[in-house]
Amino acid sequence: MMLDWKQSLILVAVMAVVTMGLRFLPFAVFRKKTPKAVLYFGQVLPYAVMGMLVVYCLKDVSVVSGSHGIPEAISIALVAGLHIWKKNTLLSMVAGTLCYMALVQFVF
Amino acid sequence: MNLHKTLRYAFRQSLPVLAGYTVLGMGFGVLLRQAGYEWWWAVLMSITMFSGSMQYVAVDLLATGASVVATAIMALMVNIRYLFYGVSMLERYRDAGPEKPYLIAALTDENYSIICSPELPEGVSERWFRLSLCAMTHCYWIFGSVLGDVLGGAFHFNSAGIEFSMTALFVVIFVEQWQKTKQHLPAVTGVVITAVCLVVLGPTGFLIPSMIAITLALFLERRWLEDMVHDA
Repeated sequence: MMLDWKQSLILVAVMAVVTMGLRFLPFAVFRKKTPKAVLYFGQVLPYAVMGMLVVYCLKDVSVVSGSHGIPEAISIALVAGLHIWKKNTLLSMVAGTLCYMALVQFVF
Repeated sequence: MNLHKTLRYAFRQSLPVLAGYTVLGMGFGVLLRQAGYEWWWAVLMSITMFSGSMQYVAVDLLATGASVVATAIMALMVNIRYLFYGVSMLERYRDAGPEKPYLIAALTDENYSIICSPELPEGVSERWFRLSLCAMTHCYWIFGSVLGDVLGGAFHFNSAGIEFSMTALFVVIFVEQWQKTKQHLPAVTGVVITAVCLVVLGPTGFLIPSMIAITLALFLERRWLEDMVHDA
């Protein structure tokens, strides 16, 4: 553990409060009319955030050193391809993760 | 209304989620264990957050010792969609009884989509259907995450690379979102801005600037994106 239990508990509490706060906020605030700006960001942000999270996951990958990001590229292509083909979340995730584990453990 | 029939119907509707939450929860549990957290952390997080993508990101934030501010902003961005779920549930939950706070707390992507689907069969109570569905899926999620944590601690397999399950999850959601809409500007905005910030600012300081830049960019792009809001 990088953090001690108190620091960890604080971060968990912060995440829980924000997560639950977002779920409860509309019920507490927008009883009558929802501001247009809120509707707009609620609609477009999820798309942008998922793109951000994909890049975030790859933050420690270096294309100039180590395995040059090749295991990541192959596994992401597998996940995306499999998902477009079969549309099965579990299959895509499990296959992609096993592929990546095999690549980093045995190939690179 | 028929309670037995309602519970049976809720269980049947929850079966796809049972498979999904068990595997996804286990992935989270294994990662959490890898970061050094015992099973009761999995219980605590799965009860208080009940959010798949958030909990995967949470492991990363805990493992890298993120600051409180960075954690709060990250949680805000990752979960902003719940605001939208809440807005679209305002009417549906208006007359919910004392269980209303729990129903709101359990508004995950999966529960939201099941509860939003129309028409319950004859004799199934809407009230008990919602409540039992949320309670069942919540249990699956807690069970999966604890199982992953315990198994991750008990078996010392070579888990190198298992952290890719987080990437895989987000790639899957990204692909699904991409196929759901013709307007790809928000998705492209998210990828490009974050990638540029990562290259320019490096892996430790790029996240918060990315989130600010994405919000600004979407604000500037709103005149091209406004029809997305009408489509919803």
